[in-house]
Amino acid sequence: MTLGVSKKEKIDDLAESAGVSLAASAWKRLRRSPVFLIGAVIIGIFIVVSLLSPWLAPHNPSDPMLIDQVVKARNEIPPPQPGHPLGGDLQGRDFLSRLLVGSQQTLIVGVGATLIGLTGGLILGTLAGALGGWVDSTVMRLVDVMLSLPSLLLAFSIAAMFAKPSQFTVILAVAIVQIPVFARLLRGSMLAQRHSDHVLAATALGVKKGAIVFRHMLPNSLSPVIVQSTLVLATAIIEAAALSFLGLGNPDDRIPEWGQMLGDVQNVFDTHPHLAAYPAICIIIVALGFTLMGETLREALDPKNRR
Amino acid sequence: MLRYTIRRLIQLVGVVLVLSLLLFAWMRLLPGGPVSALLGERATPESRAALTKQLGLDQPIIVQYFKFLGRAATGDFGVSTGVQPGDSALEIFLQRFPATIELSFFAIVIAIAIGVPLGYLAAKRRGGWFDNFSVIGSLIGVAVPVFFLAYVLKDAASVGLGLPSQGRQGDINATRVTGFFTLDGILTGEWDATLDALEHLILPSIALATIPFAVIFRITRAAVLDVLDEDFVRTAEAKGLTAQLIRRRHVLRNAMLPVVTTIGLQTGALLSGAVLTEKVFSIPGVGQALAIGFERRDYPVLLLLIIMATIVYVVVNLLVDLSYALIDPRIRTR
Amino acid sequence: MALLEVRDLTVVFQRKGEEPFRAVDGVSFDVEPGQTVGLVGESGCGKSVTSLAIMGLLPKRGAKVTGTVSYDGTDLLKLSDREMRDRRGRDLGMVFQDPLSSLNPVVPIGLQVTEVLERHRGMPRKEAMIEAKNLLDKVGIPDPNRRLKEYPHQLSGGMRQRALIAIALACRPKLLIADEPTTALDVTIQAQILTVMKELVQDLGTALVMITHDLGVVAGLCDEVNVLYAGKVVEKAMRHPLFSEPRHPYTHGLLASIPRLDAARGEKLTPIKGSVSDNIPWAQGCAFAPRCPNALDVCVQVTPAEEDQLGRLLRCHNPVVPGTPAAEEVPV
Repeated sequence: MTLGVSKKEKIDDLAESAGVSLAASAWKRLRRSPVFLIGAVIIGIFIVVSLLSPWLAPHNPSDPMLIDQVVKARNEIPPPQPGHPLGGDLQGRDFLSRLLVGSQQTLIVGVGATLIGLTGGLILGTLAGALGGWVDSTVMRLVDVMLSLPSLLLAFSIAAMFAKPSQFTVILAVAIVQIPVFARLLRGSMLAQRHSDHVLAATALGVKKGAIVFRHMLPNSLSPVIVQSTLVLATAIIEAAALSFLGLGNPDDRIPEWGQMLGDVQNVFDTHPHLAAYPAICIIIVALGFTLMGETLREALDPKNRR
Repeated sequence: MLRYTIRRLIQLVGVVLVLSLLLFAWMRLLPGGPVSALLGERATPESRAALTKQLGLDQPIIVQYFKFLGRAATGDFGVSTGVQPGDSALEIFLQRFPATIELSFFAIVIAIAIGVPLGYLAAKRRGGWFDNFSVIGSLIGVAVPVFFLAYVLKDAASVGLGLPSQGRQGDINATRVTGFFTLDGILTGEWDATLDALEHLILPSIALATIPFAVIFRITRAAVLDVLDEDFVRTAEAKGLTAQLIRRRHVLRNAMLPVVTTIGLQTGALLSGAVLTEKVFSIPGVGQALAIGFERRDYPVLLLLIIMATIVYVVVNLLVDLSYALIDPRIRTR
Repeated sequence: MALLEVRDLTVVFQRKGEEPFRAVDGVSFDVEPGQTVGLVGESGCGKSVTSLAIMGLLPKRGAKVTGTVSYDGTDLLKLSDREMRDRRGRDLGMVFQDPLSSLNPVVPIGLQVTEVLERHRGMPRKEAMIEAKNLLDKVGIPDPNRRLKEYPHQLSGGMRQRALIAIALACRPKLLIADEPTTALDVTIQAQILTVMKELVQDLGTALVMITHDLGVVAGLCDEVNVLYAGKVVEKAMRHPLFSEPRHPYTHGLLASIPRLDAARGEKLTPIKGSVSDNIPWAQGCAFAPRCPNALDVCVQVTPAEEDQLGRLLRCHNPVVPGTPAAEEVPV
């Protein structure tokens, strides 16, 4: 569920905004945009924290060190205490450490899903856009079938098809949904370029087809792909949480992930709302950061806004 | 127009067939599958084999698929193994469909009723504090996981406002006519039932409306900004028309196309969001059935419900495309 | 008293973080009832902004309008938004450049005509429809009853512009502003549209402000001409003296750059060299100086004042001597 870019027409619109020549003027406007900077700062902090989290976390996130303070019968969990500023979770593990380390898996989910979706879309879209003909129509029929399903529902269905859910199946479910989006985006951008002057010029000069696609067409499709990737990073993290909530997430919670932390505590939301609130707020802030960057990028790269 | 509609409907049939084959094949190939679901993990190999044979699961998948299609044509989509074990999948769908339609309808009405006017206002005051504030708000709106928001609404608002924290259940003693709780009350004159049903719908539909609202708001804003720059709006101003008339006849009517497209696409968000929202508020709808189905791997029910969701989604978007002709004479008179 | 008196009209565009830009810089002119006045100049000289400022159609934010625009004795710039709405379309009509984009694509032509009649003449829809039919008839649209029900994309370019003229004249305004009304049309259609406009303003006694870069339009239509350059009027004269004896080097250059049928074979066209981007600010001297063949040292040091010379206004330190042939005066 990206911001209205989810389906066909929107994807094609974005594809038209291709063009490397835009990059310089876009960057100039981005540097002055406070909204973009806020997004960039959020994401910068998120990445630094997730990389350093093993050293930042005061305790081992999978160690049930406070288990003696967990009283199942009375629904008690470890309260905040010296050394454990946020207390412990349902299994008596240090909550702060889990939040900090959780950022790492969250980043992996986001980046992993985006990369897989992008690669899949890149292969399909490039094939369809560059070759045309029956390859194009076959690939696009497949893409149409996938886009005929509401995207989140498709992710749920894919996740439900794995007998043994894991972090990897979560990433895969979220990623597969994005493949048709990227494929359509790249194909649209390629088609728009196939008859453009620079491609005709390259063809006239006798440049090989492969070289035209990879050196001339792909680089020019980059900007809409970057915009979409940034937005998918946000979507992936949110969707991973929804998967956990439906019991389709990674059941192994020794190494935590925010979406998993949020989805897994649904039954104690009334009694220990903070167990859900902290990971939820983290997800919202990071998703907002990616969205702010993606939306300002899109605006900056839109030729309509170039003056 | 008619040929276009027919072509789209044929496409829809193709999509449904391909999709059902993919879903069907994958479900059958899974380890475990319906046999484990029905008998549990500890069943003896003999009883497993017997049930496998009884269910026809030992035949090639393509044969199974055509048999499935044959049965499906008669309305037999199999028997639920997890959601309501023993009930027919079609019955489960029919029973639960009205509640989801009701919820989605209220959610999209809320999203449009707030999103379109706010989008218009934000565009008119482009760059002002109201504009910036609501754009940021809409961005936060899509960053919040739907089910988390649903829980917050359920816990905070139900306590604070005294609104019911659960969806309306099916077992209440009101006369049922159509299956729609709100409509039944009106039809039978049981106004308190309608009112009660509405009260139960407020929180879930707000939760479900957030994402469509945020998207509709942003698209409306962008569309209105585009239209405000058009020459014909300047012509309308030069005619000295009242601000209301310019807004209604010249700005909004032209900004409607992208907004209507978006509304169609947002039914996708509604269908997916209903799975989460209905689970949180225990609403006995299709979404809840899907949520339970995913959890308990109830494949017959999942297969039917996912296909139905796809059909609804595609048909709504077809209707949206057809409605273009009503809005835009350039399409109608082509 | 003149119908429209524009005095010292100045429009400054100010965008956040950018230098303010003076699009119109102290423009003054009068329009007598029934008179046709031309505003002539290259694109970017401020002629369109002047018309939008008179109509009160510039964006409230970002554009600062000063000076006075008095219409029948009332300063339009001092009116509230609501009062101005009452006058636009009733007292002042306007026709725009691009007839396709200036008509609403999703509203039938009929409604686009009747809405202005309903608004300002209080006509009920039915009566307005009959009047709209008469209006379309008057501007020369054949089969008006059918056209009323059609949408802009179903009409030809010339037909659309006729419809826009019908809309602008629907309430018989005393003043019509036409902003490049023929630029987007085919040459053959241009003449038809100009003829229709000329006839209608004569019949209705409407005063016309014709904004154009096309001196042919000016020659055929205007009583008085204002030549604008970089937001200022550089020369103002009646049509005949202006065409026979252009005094400002810019006017002279504009006339010299028009191809003439009666020119001798082999005679070269003489364009004005450079472009608007070569201008210097008026505060430093004459904005046209860098492109001017007559430029003196004083031209880049002192802003030329507006001088009255035998009924013509001129803003130039070194005007063209009457009778100078164009070809020798402006070497390429």
